[in-house]
Amino acid sequence: MKGNLKWKIPVILLVLIISLLYFLPSFPGIKDSSLGRIMPDKQVNLGLDLRGGIHLVLGVEVDRATERSLSQIGQDIRDEARLNDILVLRPRISDDNRLEFTLLQKEQQRELEQLISSAYNNLRIISSRADDDQRIIYTLDFTAEYKENIKDMTLDQAVKTIRNRIDQFGVAEPDIRRQQEDRIQVQLPGLDDPQRAIAIIGQTAHLEFKLVDEEADIERAVQGIVPPGSRLYYQEITLPDGSTVQEPVVLRAETAMTGEYITNAHTAFDQYNQPYVSITFDNRGSRIFERITGENVRKRLAIVLDGNVYSTPVIQERISGGRASITGRFTVEEAHDLAVVLRAGSLPAPVFVMEERSVGPSLGQESIERGVRSAVIGGALVIIFMVFYFGFAGVVANTVLAFNIILIVAGLAGFGATLTLPGIAGIILTIGIAVDANVLIFERIREELRRGLSPRAAIEEGYNRATLTILDANVTTIIAAVILYQFGTGPIRGFAVTLTLGVLASMFTAIFVSRVLFDIWVMRRKPGKVLNI
Amino acid sequence: MGFQIIKPDTSYDFIGRRRIAYFLSIFLILIGLLSLGLKGGPKLGIDFAGGVIIQVKFQEEVELSELTSILGETDLPALVVQRFGDRSDYEFLLRTSAENLSPSVVRDTVEGKLNQYYPDDHYIIQRLEMVGPRVGADLRESALHALFFAVLFIAIYISGRFEHKWFVAAFMAAGMAGGVYLLKLIGIPLGFLIFAAMIITLILSWYLRLNFALGAVVALIHDIIITVGIFSLLNKEFDLSIVAALLTILGYSLNDTIIVFDRIRENLRNKVSSSLSRTINMSINQTLSRTIITSGTTLIVVLCLLFLGGGIIHDFAFALTVGIIVGTYSSIFVASPILLSFRPVIEEEEVEPTPVRRKRKPAYQSK
Repeated sequence: MKGNLKWKIPVILLVLIISLLYFLPSFPGIKDSSLGRIMPDKQVNLGLDLRGGIHLVLGVEVDRATERSLSQIGQDIRDEARLNDILVLRPRISDDNRLEFTLLQKEQQRELEQLISSAYNNLRIISSRADDDQRIIYTLDFTAEYKENIKDMTLDQAVKTIRNRIDQFGVAEPDIRRQQEDRIQVQLPGLDDPQRAIAIIGQTAHLEFKLVDEEADIERAVQGIVPPGSRLYYQEITLPDGSTVQEPVVLRAETAMTGEYITNAHTAFDQYNQPYVSITFDNRGSRIFERITGENVRKRLAIVLDGNVYSTPVIQERISGGRASITGRFTVEEAHDLAVVLRAGSLPAPVFVMEERSVGPSLGQESIERGVRSAVIGGALVIIFMVFYFGFAGVVANTVLAFNIILIVAGLAGFGATLTLPGIAGIILTIGIAVDANVLIFERIREELRRGLSPRAAIEEGYNRATLTILDANVTTIIAAVILYQFGTGPIRGFAVTLTLGVLASMFTAIFVSRVLFDIWVMRRKPGKVLNI
Repeated sequence: MGFQIIKPDTSYDFIGRRRIAYFLSIFLILIGLLSLGLKGGPKLGIDFAGGVIIQVKFQEEVELSELTSILGETDLPALVVQRFGDRSDYEFLLRTSAENLSPSVVRDTVEGKLNQYYPDDHYIIQRLEMVGPRVGADLRESALHALFFAVLFIAIYISGRFEHKWFVAAFMAAGMAGGVYLLKLIGIPLGFLIFAAMIITLILSWYLRLNFALGAVVALIHDIIITVGIFSLLNKEFDLSIVAALLTILGYSLNDTIIVFDRIRENLRNKVSSSLSRTINMSINQTLSRTIITSGTTLIVVLCLLFLGGGIIHDFAFALTVGIIVGTYSSIFVASPILLSFRPVIEEEEVEPTPVRRKRKPAYQSK
């Protein structure tokens, strides 16, 4: 045996065996057979465009979370100041999302500023100016670092909540991650009803209990004259004939309690078999709820979810034990989804859909079938052509082409890469490109044969001269693929991956493996036999 | 010896006919640019322009005009309905520019309207894609960045690897990055920056005498402009996958060009002919059979993808088909003949590796 074949053949066999180990489990029949059990537990992941599913990019309205904590701090400052006999009026959020309040007595300016700087070091005073009545109007904002901090916490909390909800909803292999700026990417494979999932993910689920302002004049409130400290809301009422109306109701602006104390929520049915959501509070929540109900017997308590009033039951008696129920005209599905959302907790800020790509499972299956059909027919045509045109050498090229495809699929499985529809296109393209290297070599060998070289010398020359050219030419394709990977999104990345794998594999198979096959031929040929190329 | 499409000792006079090729190329480029100019740039798909597309599949044949008028009753803004994939698939693509609508609302609107006219199980919404304005702007930016960096790195690689002038290549990269940075400072949009980057590359290659790089970059610009022009002429939309196809074409077209260039260098080194134009012509002829076979095999598979791959991959496959044809043409008729315009530089290049022969009198003759 020729010297270098001694190590080249084992290397090739080793690569072939390893790649087969990664290649085969991706086929269902083999994965489940007894053979499948001894193979690596890796198979090609299908992208959402092939298996169906939803890709979502959600934008989190971080400003709203900032606004909410700023507003909370405004209340705190007012209360704290009052303890120090400083009168601070009307803390509110200005249009440009800053905290504004008024100091009644100018002389207390230093005292107040000292209080703020000692107790609230995450705030900075932007301006303070005296108005006509010698009162000081303050404008404050969070420091930049604290804003960054809020953004971070808000996003982390949002990711956690969304993950919770999806887990409760029951989706296999969800992928939820933070992206740049204020974005969260959610990928849910294999869903039949994308809309329901999006509704569950996207609901803020900010639950509030507010007392109804029984003294307010509803007629005047609708015209825009709402008593101070109260706010106008609407409740959807279903009439007996099935139509709905929006009924106005005036609630106290101050929130008596929020949904943060909920420990459990589930669907239940009342005596008319109408579904409702039963919620349970933790100890602290139970005590607060007990106090509120105890102080407001015979008054109405509104249950407000994301700004919509669900119901306004009259408090019959003090409620201890930490249980409450949310009724409304729910379908069973709606009640179930609301329970899921309440159990998983509310989002720290509203989210909105910035990008959605949902593919039904039937389309995914169709894409796989079409992609595979194109690949098989295209590949077959190339294989026939190569044998027709290059004879024996064509057989060699086709052998290494098959090896090449095994390597690509094995590479996808081994590296845990995702196969997408453009990825299949990349494999198809590789079939065309992979034979290129062999064509280049074969054409060169033909040329050398015409110059009168012996088959052995012609093969030697052909490979030597063509190898560098092949490397040169393939580098540009790899440059393009790497850049695509860097800047592309999901499906396109799949294309970049298969193209890169294909080009790398083709350099190994077309240059190294096919050379060994020729060397074996040269070694075994009878003297004088011509090379069929 | 096996079958041959191209006989081994062809000597087609490509170089002699280069003016015809130049004319054809310039004609195609001008038509493409004219179309782009008249239509105000390439037609952007939702990836870049934002909006919603919905792919609906019906159980049985539905007339496009019927569907258009039914959906026209909704108040979806700028709604366009078109057939998708094969006619026998009964598939349609709806596109609307829903700036402020959430995708769920669009889906509800479409389903609500369709339910009035078709039984629920007679159609299925197979795909919904929504890209908001911010994501669209981001995708636009990253696509342009991808093209920009592809041109940059390929230019560096060609000048470095090809002319063994890595230092010059680095200098060129710095020049290009610097120039583009300056342009960016004065607020030139990224789309023009790519154009500027190409022009800077051309000027620098000319100035630094990187003739092979120049030939390759001219061929690249040629291929890209013609492909984009054809897309514009046929009113096809640009989305992410088309940008991926363009980058692949960049790589593929260069692949062809490099193989011809390699042969030219080899022949120059071996002094196969005293005339540069004859050397180039001979090199093109020697590699012709390979060029045609590989373009042929690649074209076979891409055409399979075009006709069998289905609607989603159709435009991607179409861009590749055009790119492969144009790329093959340009590496024969554009990239190599351009080298002729730099005769004195090539001469130097040829002499450089073997200083002993420096005294030899240049014997190039013009055509």
